[in-house]
Amino acid sequence: MLMPASSAASITRRDALITTSAALAAGIFPFGAAAAEEIRRGGILVVGSTQTPRHLNGAVQSGIATAMPSTQLFASPLRFDDKWNPQPYLAESWKLADDGKSFTLILRKDALFHDGKPVTSADVAFSVMAIKANHPFQTMMGPVEKVDTPDAHTAILRMSVPHPAIVLCMSPALCPILPKHVYDDGKDLKTHPKNGEGLIGSGPFRLVEFKPSQRIVMERFDKFFLPGKPYLDKIIVNIVPDASSLMLGLERGDIQMMPFVSVPTDLKRLAADSKVALTPRGYEGIGPINWLALNLAKKPLSDLAVRKAIASSIDKNFITKVLMGGFAVVDDGPIVPSSPFAVTDVVRYPLDLKKAAELLDGAGYKAGANGERFKLTIDYLPGADDQQKTVAEYVRAQLKKVGITIEVRASADFPAWAKRMATHDFDLGMDLVFNWGDPVIGVARTYLSTNIKPIVWTNTQSYSNPKVDALLNTAGTILDPTKRKAYYATFEKIVTDELPIDFINVVPYHTATLKRVANVPTTIWGPMSPMDEVWLRS
Amino acid sequence: MKFARLLLSRLVQGALLVLAVVVLNFVLVHAAPGDPVETIAGASGGMSPELMTQLRSQYGLDKPVAVQLGVYLGKIVRGDFGYSYFFNLPVTQLILDRVPATLLLVLCAVILAFALGTTLGVLAAKNPNGPLSQLITVLSLVGFAAPVFWMGIMMVILFASVWPILPVSGMRSITSSGDSGWRDMLDVAQHLVLPTVTLALVYLAQYSRLARSSMLDVLGADFIRTARAKGLPERVVLYKHALRNALLPVVTVLGLQFGNVLAGAILVETVFNWPGLGRLAFESVLRRDYPTILGVLVFASIVVIVMNLVTDLAYRLIDPRIKV
Repeated sequence: MLMPASSAASITRRDALITTSAALAAGIFPFGAAAAEEIRRGGILVVGSTQTPRHLNGAVQSGIATAMPSTQLFASPLRFDDKWNPQPYLAESWKLADDGKSFTLILRKDALFHDGKPVTSADVAFSVMAIKANHPFQTMMGPVEKVDTPDAHTAILRMSVPHPAIVLCMSPALCPILPKHVYDDGKDLKTHPKNGEGLIGSGPFRLVEFKPSQRIVMERFDKFFLPGKPYLDKIIVNIVPDASSLMLGLERGDIQMMPFVSVPTDLKRLAADSKVALTPRGYEGIGPINWLALNLAKKPLSDLAVRKAIASSIDKNFITKVLMGGFAVVDDGPIVPSSPFAVTDVVRYPLDLKKAAELLDGAGYKAGANGERFKLTIDYLPGADDQQKTVAEYVRAQLKKVGITIEVRASADFPAWAKRMATHDFDLGMDLVFNWGDPVIGVARTYLSTNIKPIVWTNTQSYSNPKVDALLNTAGTILDPTKRKAYYATFEKIVTDELPIDFINVVPYHTATLKRVANVPTTIWGPMSPMDEVWLRS
Repeated sequence: MKFARLLLSRLVQGALLVLAVVVLNFVLVHAAPGDPVETIAGASGGMSPELMTQLRSQYGLDKPVAVQLGVYLGKIVRGDFGYSYFFNLPVTQLILDRVPATLLLVLCAVILAFALGTTLGVLAAKNPNGPLSQLITVLSLVGFAAPVFWMGIMMVILFASVWPILPVSGMRSITSSGDSGWRDMLDVAQHLVLPTVTLALVYLAQYSRLARSSMLDVLGADFIRTARAKGLPERVVLYKHALRNALLPVVTVLGLQFGNVLAGAILVETVFNWPGLGRLAFESVLRRDYPTILGVLVFASIVVIVMNLVTDLAYRLIDPRIKV
C-alpha cells in the first residue's frame, strides 16, 4: 500500500499538483471516471447537515450524525469500496480463520494518532472491547471474547461462534480505532470528556473545533498514514436543523456538500440546478427502508388474511413514482436490493383491491351498512414527512376503498412517536429502518422473537416464527457467502409471506454537491467514510 | 433604606418565582411522552435493552419523578445545573456558550424597537392626522399582525434569492475562524441585521403605537399648555416636557415584555439559525434533554426578573415622583 518512492517524493510540497496516475499506481484510487483530471490540493469543504451528533466518538455512538465526522477523525482496520469489497486501511492484511472464530488483522506500521503516538495492536484490542461494551449495536462485537496481541502490529479477535459479519464490522463507521493511551483512563467511555473537544484519532482529519449542534471544524492531519492524503485542507460540518436553509446555502455556494437529501421537492430542485451534482450512490451500506409495520399482537392484524389484504391495497409503484417523484425505488424484502444478500424471489403483493376485499370477506370481516369493515390507526415517524406522513395518508385513502377506516395519528416529535412504538401502542406504523450493512446488525433485530422488546426498532410487531429465528441465528454463523445467502433467501421468502412488515421503498437518500467537488464519496458507506480523496476544482 | 427593602423583597419574590418555574416545568417536561434515552436510541439508530437500562439508571430516570425533582432542586440550590443527557456536557457550559448570541440579538432588537418606535410615535403624535401618522399606523398594524416566524421567512426569501446582500443564516460566515478582530465583528454585525430587524419589527409596531397614544395624551395635559404659554420652543416642549412623561408606559411595557422578546427570539433564532439560547431550548425539548431545558428556563426566568427590577429602577430615573 505504500506509494512508489518517485511519486511520494513529488508530493512533499503541499501545494504541489499530483496526477491521478500516481494515486492509481498506489492502488487506492477507486474512481476511474475522474482519471484524466489533475487533482488540486487544498481548500475547505463545507458539508451541510441537518443531523446533530451527540459527540464525535463513533466507537460508543452509532447513527449517521456521529458517523460522518467520526469517520474523518478516526481510522478503522478496513474500509470498503463501492462493491462491498474490503480494502486495506489501518490493516494491511486480514484473515478470517477457516473455523470463522478468529480474525487476524496485520496493521500497517506507519500509522500515527493525531498526538504523534503510533497506532498499535493494543489500540485495536482496546477499541474492539470498548465497542463490544458500549456500542448500541451489540450484535456487532457480541461474539468477540477477547483480542490477542502477539506483537505490536498483529491483533487476533477471538470469537465464541463463527462470525462472518466481523469483516464488515471493521468499517470506518462501525469500528473507529481509539488511542488506548487517551481513552483507557477508567472513565466511562460513553460520557468521556474527549468524545468532543480534545478528541484524538488517526483519521485523515483532526478535530479543531466542536460546537454542539452548531459546527464541527476538522483540519488536514499532516502525518496521516496514507501518503499525500487527504487532499482537502479542512472540512467544516455546518449543522442546521432546517434543510431548506441548507439548500439555500448550497445554491449560494456557501455549502459544497449536502448528504442524506431525500425530500422529492428538494431533489427536483437540486436536479434542475446546473451547478449541483446529485448522486444516489453511497447509501448501500446503511440500506434505509421505508416500511409499514403491522402489529401482530393486535386484532384483526393477527389474522394473516387481513395483513395480505392490506398489502394488496397498496400500490408501491404509485408511491415511488408519484408521491416520491420517481426518485425512490420499490423495496419488496427485508434486505435492501443493493445488499449482496438481497434476493428477488420473495412474495409480492401487486395492487388488487378486489382480491383484498375477497380476503377480508373470507376472513369474516364483512362490510357493514356504511361499507366499513373495521377501524385501525396508523402512526408515522415525525420529521420525515416525504417518506412517512405522505405514505400514511395514502395508505388511509387506499384502505378506505376496501372498507378499512384508518385514523392517522400524528406525533408531536420523535420521543412521542418512539414512546408509542416502544410500548407497542400502534396498529399500523410507518417506520424508517436501516439495514446497517450486515443482516446481523440491522435486519435480524426486527424479526427475532427473542427481540420482542419495549424499545423502538426492535421486534415491536411481536412477530414470532421459530423457523425464522433458527434461520437468522444460523445464517449469522455461516462463512460461505453463497450458503449464507441461501439461508437469508429462505428467511426473506417466509417473512414476505407472513407480513409482519409491508416493505414500501428504499429511502431515496442522495448526496448533493456543487459540481466543483470531485470524488464525491460513493462507496457503500458514502458520506460515512473517510473523505481523504475528495478535492475541489478551482 | 427603602431601596434596600425593595431590593430584598424583590429578590425573595424572584427566588420563589424561580422555584415555581423549576417545579412547574419539571412536571411539564416529564409529562411529555417519551424520554431522553429513547431519543438517544433514536439518534443511534437502535439500541440494546441492557444499554438503555444502564443509561436510565445513570441519569436517575428509573426513580420516581418526585425523587428526581428533589435531587434536581438540591443541585440547583448549590448552583449545579447538571449535565446534558444528550451532549454529556455541563449545562452551564452549553448555556454560557449560547448566552452572548441571544443577549446580542435581544438587546439589539429591543434597543432598535424602543428607539425607532418611540421616535416614530412622537413624530406621529406631532401631527396625528398627517400622512406620516397614517403611514405609521398602517405599518404598525401590519407589524403587529404578522407572526414573527412568517416575517423571518419572508426576510429569508427576500434576502436569500431576490436581493442577496445580507447573510440569512448563522452568526458568522461558515468558514470564519471566529477570532474576535474587526473583521469578525463586521461579519457578526452583517449576520445580525436580519434577525434583529425581524425581532424588532413586532415590538417596533407596539412601541410606536404606544408612544403615539401616550404622547397624544400628554400633549393635551395642562402643563404642556403652560409650557407653550411660557413661550418655550416646540422642540423643548415636545422632547423635554412631553416625551419624558409619555415614556413611562412605554418603559413599563418594555420591561414587562422582555420575557416575550426572549420567547420571540426562539422563533427568530430557529428561522435564521442563530446559535442562541432559544434554539438550544427548542432543540432540547425535542430531545427531552431535561437538564438543558430546565437550565435554560431557570436562566431565562432570572433574566426576566432582573429586567423587571431594572424597569422599576428606570421609573425612578424618568419620573422622580416615583419613590419606590
